[in-house]
Amino acid sequence: MSPYFFVMLVPLLPLVSFCILGLFGRKYIKTTSGTLGVISLFISALLSLYTAYRYFFIDGKVNGIYQHIIALKYTWLQFSPRVSIDMGILLDPISVMMIVIVSFISLMVHIFSLGYMKGEERFAIYYAFLSLFTFSMLGLVLSSNIFQIYIFWELVGISSFLLIGFYFENPSAVTASNKAFIVTRFADFGFLIGILILAFYSGTLDFGTLIERLTTAGSSQYIDIHSATFLGASMLTWGLGLVFIGGAGKSAMFPLHIWLPDAMEGPTPVSALIHAATMVVAGVFLVARLFPVFSIDLTVLQIVTWVGAFSALFAAVVACTQTDIKRVLAFSTMSQIGFMMFSLGVSKYGGESGLGYTGSMFHLFTHAFFKSLLFLGAGAVIHFAHTNDIRDLGGLRKLMPVTHLSFLIACLAIAGIPPFSGFFSKEDILMAAYHSDKIIYAIAVLTSALTAFYMFRLYYSVFWKRDIHLHDKNHEEGTLSMRLTLVILAVCTAFAGFVPVSSWITSDGAPLESHIDIVFSVFPVLMALTGIGLATYLYKTENRRPQIITSAFGSLYRAAYRKFYIDELYLFITRKIIFNGIGRPAAWFDKNIVDGFMNGLATTTAKISGLIKGLQSGKVQNYALYFFGGIIALAVLFIYVLNY
Amino acid sequence: MLLSLFIILPLLTALAVLFCKGLKQVRMISLMGTSVQFVFSFGLLYEYWKERASGNRAQFLFEMNASWFDPLHIHYHIGIDGISLSMILLTAFVVIAGVLVSWTQETLNKEFFFLLLILSAGAYGYFISLDLFTLFFFLELAVIPKFLLIGIWGSGKKEYSAMKLALMLMAGSALVFVGLMGLYFNTSINGAHSFDLVEISQMQISNSAQNTFFPLAFIGFGIFAALFPFHTWVPDGHSSAPTAASMFLAGISMKLGGYGCLRVATYLMPEAAHHYSPVIILLSTVAIIYGAFATMMQKDLKYINAYSSVSHCGFVLLGIGMLTQTSITGAVLQMVSHGLMTALFFAAIGMIYSRTHTRLTEQLGGLLKVIPFISTVFVIAGLCSLGLPGLSGFVAEMTIFMGSWQNPDQWYRLATILACASIVVTAVYILRATGKSLMGPIHNFQYNHLADAGWNERLAAGILITGIVAIGVAPFWLYYLITPGTEYIIQHVGKAITLK
Amino acid sequence: MNEISITQILFVSTALFFIGMYGLFTRRNMITMLMAIEIILNSVNINFVAFNKYLYPGKLDGVFFTIFIITIAAAEAAMAIAIIINLYRSHHSIDVEDAEEMKY
Repeated sequence: MSPYFFVMLVPLLPLVSFCILGLFGRKYIKTTSGTLGVISLFISALLSLYTAYRYFFIDGKVNGIYQHIIALKYTWLQFSPRVSIDMGILLDPISVMMIVIVSFISLMVHIFSLGYMKGEERFAIYYAFLSLFTFSMLGLVLSSNIFQIYIFWELVGISSFLLIGFYFENPSAVTASNKAFIVTRFADFGFLIGILILAFYSGTLDFGTLIERLTTAGSSQYIDIHSATFLGASMLTWGLGLVFIGGAGKSAMFPLHIWLPDAMEGPTPVSALIHAATMVVAGVFLVARLFPVFSIDLTVLQIVTWVGAFSALFAAVVACTQTDIKRVLAFSTMSQIGFMMFSLGVSKYGGESGLGYTGSMFHLFTHAFFKSLLFLGAGAVIHFAHTNDIRDLGGLRKLMPVTHLSFLIACLAIAGIPPFSGFFSKEDILMAAYHSDKIIYAIAVLTSALTAFYMFRLYYSVFWKRDIHLHDKNHEEGTLSMRLTLVILAVCTAFAGFVPVSSWITSDGAPLESHIDIVFSVFPVLMALTGIGLATYLYKTENRRPQIITSAFGSLYRAAYRKFYIDELYLFITRKIIFNGIGRPAAWFDKNIVDGFMNGLATTTAKISGLIKGLQSGKVQNYALYFFGGIIALAVLFIYVLNY
Repeated sequence: MLLSLFIILPLLTALAVLFCKGLKQVRMISLMGTSVQFVFSFGLLYEYWKERASGNRAQFLFEMNASWFDPLHIHYHIGIDGISLSMILLTAFVVIAGVLVSWTQETLNKEFFFLLLILSAGAYGYFISLDLFTLFFFLELAVIPKFLLIGIWGSGKKEYSAMKLALMLMAGSALVFVGLMGLYFNTSINGAHSFDLVEISQMQISNSAQNTFFPLAFIGFGIFAALFPFHTWVPDGHSSAPTAASMFLAGISMKLGGYGCLRVATYLMPEAAHHYSPVIILLSTVAIIYGAFATMMQKDLKYINAYSSVSHCGFVLLGIGMLTQTSITGAVLQMVSHGLMTALFFAAIGMIYSRTHTRLTEQLGGLLKVIPFISTVFVIAGLCSLGLPGLSGFVAEMTIFMGSWQNPDQWYRLATILACASIVVTAVYILRATGKSLMGPIHNFQYNHLADAGWNERLAAGILITGIVAIGVAPFWLYYLITPGTEYIIQHVGKAITLK
Repeated sequence: MNEISITQILFVSTALFFIGMYGLFTRRNMITMLMAIEIILNSVNINFVAFNKYLYPGKLDGVFFTIFIITIAAAEAAMAIAIIINLYRSHHSIDVEDAEEMKY
């Protein structure tokens, strides 16, 4: 038995709490259900921290390289003698990092929700769903098998669906949850086909074996998958490309990003957990998990790079125009994930050139803290002011000092201002981009300037802009649990950058020398400061400058505000083409042609019988006459014609 | 003898029901009878495992062979392998749930339960038969009661639906019968013909005979399993049937077809199965995609589930048509999974309908708030239908995809991809249906006072959900149950193909 | 006196048969139709006996069949009259044309 057997408890504890809360929460433990969820998550988080400590400091490293440890493996479904879905636990630097992030952020959100969701009728169900999500996400990152990851991938999707649609009486929440699920499902379809391709050629579903077989030049599987082509691309490219579609769907990469802004219909802590810190980085995690294979196929890496870079820029532009506090954050999430994605794309396998990989994972790590902090801060604001619209907000800095300060730290972190965490991780990414592709680097710097701009636009609009005086003195800045969470996360955000991630998490497991190149970082930081300065100029006080700028941009502004009409395009495709063009004709065809044919058979039979039933006149003597005539005819036939 | 109990017991229960007075006695007796069956089916599972664990590698266990009508060599030959055992378990689950949801069946209750029990006897008999004639006999036994169940206790245009269903299924059995006769007259043991499944499987039936009679048998059974384009009885039949009958129809009857396609058509005529495999793939792929798209436009919950059954049963036929071991195992898994899932679905729809008296999605809305239990059941069934991991649908579909992909032909791959695409469409229609009928605000204020599920409904749903989750969370036990059976089939098919 | 030839007997039976047939076709009264049927049956009986005597003098099969027919004819008459009585009760008529609504 592996010494890491206990890691099994990390995902299982939330599962247990899900089962208990889901089955009995409604009736029996309504009020204490939150506490139960928090306790199980707390233990889970402690265990993951212990795992991380043990893995990184005690026995994870052999000969200077971090090992892949299979802590548990259990055959779940045996497809054929060699191919099976195993339920297993794979520990390597990224999965260890991920369980720490997931369990920690989830714990924070659990605690925050104690205050935020207080008084909610379906409180227990809310915690049950949160636990389900945490279980699935932990299972996802620990997966040792590509099909296992798909299983948890789907579970994550469904828990996201359940949580987005938590306020199910609100039709827009229902639409949003359906949209999120269907869009990601569409991406998963690609993922599934990708799995089928990879599994077929490698003859296994196990990550370790799969990566080993497909990256060893000269192995029969390697030759097979490279030599088989379809439409000019090798099967490896197809397989990885399709897997990437799955990742892009979950990570809200362009053009599959449309569900993410709408997903903000869910409770805000949920957005913090799922749609900012953990689930949406699953796509990045997936690419990172298969990175050795990705790194041998440059075509797919190019796709990853460009999709990531474009999404980063696109989302940043859109974020500048949005007025819903959560939507701004949603687009900023998309933009930051774009960073992680293209950073993986520009990376290579092993050594110094693997900096992109490290940077991506580092950014994932820091992003989890500052983005969840931003969302929880936004949650606190919404809880306090009961509105999401930044045009109605302003001047909250005095009324909500804790929230204000933590929000500011998070904004500085995301803008990449030293010494906050975002600076370090972004620096690695920019460095990797610079050494790989100058165009990507330019896009990245531009995007980070835009990021600084829109984040501070948000910050000033919410906390400065104008002074408001509340007459209601009872209005408090959230509950203790909410403030506590914000403080903890703010501390993490401020110092997470000093975690030596680069010596832990690298593409090949060997530690990387961490170095900050002061000269290199001057330019990006200056760009970010310019962005902040511009935001200060435009939004710190209430003035007419923003309107002037917007009207100057005119149609570009409108297009960005309408998110470049991507939603409308999707709506057109689904409503007009799929529903009206395929669904309706299929239903019509079935009703009228196929069923019509069957009914036609029946009516024809009925008609024919109607025609011949006249013979059945009911007159006995007629029958006797026919009978007699028949006998005569037969007699004539037999005697004279057939000559018997 | 153990196996014969599965026929005797429902018949005895049915007989006992006839001597009862009043709904209370009738339903008590039925529940007792079906519970005993339920327990027995687990006993059988246990015995089966014990036998297998003791190293019995025979293809069929617990065989019994008695002459029934000697001049034509018709035998009462029964026995089970893993495939039939999983079908028996499915039947036991659906039957007990069916009895529980009909708990308050007031009109003509005695006859209703009598017919349900006869139907279950037919289904059990069908799954354990190893003699083609006996098999056909039980097939018919399972068809006739449905006509009455729909015609008498149905709703909507019930006479039309009952007639349509009965005629189409009868046409199916007629084709099956011709196919069986064709097989029979092409066998010879010392100059005599044989109906015996095991004996026939060891014979070499000429290719021309196989190619003639395979389509007949396959289409005949296929009609039961909603083979495109013979699926139109499914929507009408299901929607008019009373709840328990819908559950039986979709949960058991459609499986009779799939089982027949596998056990009789494919197993006994492997060369023809290979020969016609492209056609089967084509039809089943069409059924999957087209059924899914047709579902999207339905407004009646029962129609939604009926069309989705067409799509899901397409997977069964796809798995059989792909002729790899994994895909056939997947087909069997899908039969079990779909049986449980669709029964649960119809049970939930029945519960909703009995309260709101409508099944149209736009008239419902917000039910999750007033009847949370029933709505949750509905959602679970929906999630199973769209293939959520942890529920049985996922396991079955993935096994089919995995198995289908092993067939290296380009066109088969395309079919697999199209079939995979249906999981997206499934998600669309399931989510639309749940979103419209269960979520959102309550439109009709009379719904504010609906009562949630009673104990019988909770128990019925609980039993089915247990089955679904047991397969979804731990599929290996069912997998190991089925695999030896499919191994025999695939060896047989493989031998036939290599002989060519 | 000459032996009666089979042709003469057959002539009689044929005549009887057609008389019966004529009666069956033309009469509306069910009792009369029943009588006509009896005549037909008897013509058949004559045939049986005649063929038995002339073609297979050593056997008795034809005679047996005749007895069978007579027996069945008796049963049949009983049945028919029962039906006719019932019909009379419900329709107040034994005219065969009045009972034709039972078609299809």
